[in-house]
Amino acid sequence: MEVRVQNIRKEFGRFPALNDVSLDIRSGELIALLGPSGSGKTTLLRLVAGLETPTDGTIYFGDEDASRKTVQQRNIGFVFQHYALFRHMTVLDNVSFGLKIRPAGRRPSTADIRRRAMELIDLVQLSGLEKRYPAQLSGGQRQRVALARAMAVEPNVLLLDEPFGALDAQVRKELRRWLREIHDRTGHTTIFVTHDQEEALELADRVVVMSKGQIEQVGTPDEIYDAPISPFVFGFIGQSNILPVRVENGQLWIEDRSIGISAPGEDDGDAQLYFRPHDIELLDGSGGCIAGLVTASRRVAGTRHVELDIVASQGKVEIELPPEKTATDRSRIAFRPTRWKLFRN
Amino acid sequence: MALGVTLSWLILIILIPLSGLVWRSSVLGWSTFWALATDERTVNALRISFGTAFAAALVNVVFGVILAWVLVRYRFPGKRIVDAMVDLPFALPTAVAGIALTTLYAPNGWIGSLLAPLGIKVAFTPLGIVIALVFVGLPFVVRTVQPIMEEIDKEVEEAAATLGANRFQTISRVLLPGLTPAVLTGFALAFARGVGEYGSVIFIAGNLPYVSEIAPLLIVIRLEEFNYPAATAIAAVMLVISFVMLFVINMIQAWSRRRYGYGT
Repeated sequence: MEVRVQNIRKEFGRFPALNDVSLDIRSGELIALLGPSGSGKTTLLRLVAGLETPTDGTIYFGDEDASRKTVQQRNIGFVFQHYALFRHMTVLDNVSFGLKIRPAGRRPSTADIRRRAMELIDLVQLSGLEKRYPAQLSGGQRQRVALARAMAVEPNVLLLDEPFGALDAQVRKELRRWLREIHDRTGHTTIFVTHDQEEALELADRVVVMSKGQIEQVGTPDEIYDAPISPFVFGFIGQSNILPVRVENGQLWIEDRSIGISAPGEDDGDAQLYFRPHDIELLDGSGGCIAGLVTASRRVAGTRHVELDIVASQGKVEIELPPEKTATDRSRIAFRPTRWKLFRN
Repeated sequence: MALGVTLSWLILIILIPLSGLVWRSSVLGWSTFWALATDERTVNALRISFGTAFAAALVNVVFGVILAWVLVRYRFPGKRIVDAMVDLPFALPTAVAGIALTTLYAPNGWIGSLLAPLGIKVAFTPLGIVIALVFVGLPFVVRTVQPIMEEIDKEVEEAAATLGANRFQTISRVLLPGLTPAVLTGFALAFARGVGEYGSVIFIAGNLPYVSEIAPLLIVIRLEEFNYPAATAIAAVMLVISFVMLFVINMIQAWSRRRYGYGT
């Protein structure tokens, strides 16, 4: 089901957690809310769930105004970071819970509930463990039970709050791939919250980058990575370098040196140059480039990470070079960003 | 090493005194013992002791769980003071509690005088005993349930709500069942304390033989009459009943603890 968030504001006491946030989520989409802690991403998720009430604004499920409904009436599925399983119930009872507690008129027969729960347990690959208690399962298994339990009620939208946050790296990677598979198979509209950009970029159809209670950018993982629209997004996603530069007649300067980048149409004045460590080319000359002295060099897997002190200014940058390129201490390296972005203060 | 110390300690503190008791009663011979144990006054005293202790433990389970819930989940001014007050029955000399309760519930006391026109007599009846045992047993339930409640994540309740459970379903199907082992422990402790309680009860009970005379008092009476065999017989019967009941409760508890995986 499509979910529309319209001009939502949320304050906790005097503290504004969300400030005029609007977001359209398409039906069947897997969308990630990504941001540092305190950015309001979990608050937004909990507002959609109905676990919090907005100070202002409306949330639509399809054409229906959901913001007046209680959490029980919204029919959503919610997965918590720490599983929140019912520990006195078996896996089967946990998964059936949402169906069993329905009022008699809307409740499927006992046999149907059982069949449906077993199907879901099978879908999350826990067949044979349905009689276990949560305490007898591993973290990854518990989270899969939590997902099956959330899907059992045929939710309008599936909401996941840092679902892999409590798991170790290996399990996390596995579950990530598996969640994508499940999503492709079941097609639930899914919103998940994460502070792990790798997770968001790998898993989601679209990523919503949030900061300080506002949405910074919404886009596909490629758009977010390749065309960040704000300094925050550029700095938050992936690695980045920032150098203070000056624009003069469409050319970029660091102090008294031209760095060989033209920025036609840019107004004259000071600006910040953003570029990624791997979006550079090495140059031999001494003009039309950025020159730096090597202060550190590390080999990381297939690339060499080199830290430079920029000669013309006080700046420091890190660039990535092919491993065969040596970079001895205090040697001089000249380069030029091939893909970059200017932001004004 | 640890096991050895534990066992020696248990033997020294619990087993030797208790086996002395069993040995003294075994000297009586079965028929004498049986006659003493089934004496009508003794049977009534045992019935009153176990009955009132059971009733008081039930009351304490209900209100102790509610009190613990309020202490865990609510914030209100003076909460720390209320929290500290829960432990008072642990510390107060039980005789003081007994005298205070008797003064309150006597027909001319503050509460007793209000209840008297309604035809409810508390002091000097089994009901008075129950009230005294509720007083001394309350902290046992609160203090065993409280830490387990603190462990319950708010998220578990929210999870139930997202699945469509209303407040009543959340409490009855999610929260309370999860507390069962702790509640059972609290019940067992309050019950055991009630069975053995002496000081607070004798003041409020009136101690009418066959009506409001508790077994521990009857033991003291027999001792004062130098009737050691009768005292020993009553004590031995109390010991066996208490042990069996506590053992059963412990088994239930261990079983549910294993299932729900507390402390893992």
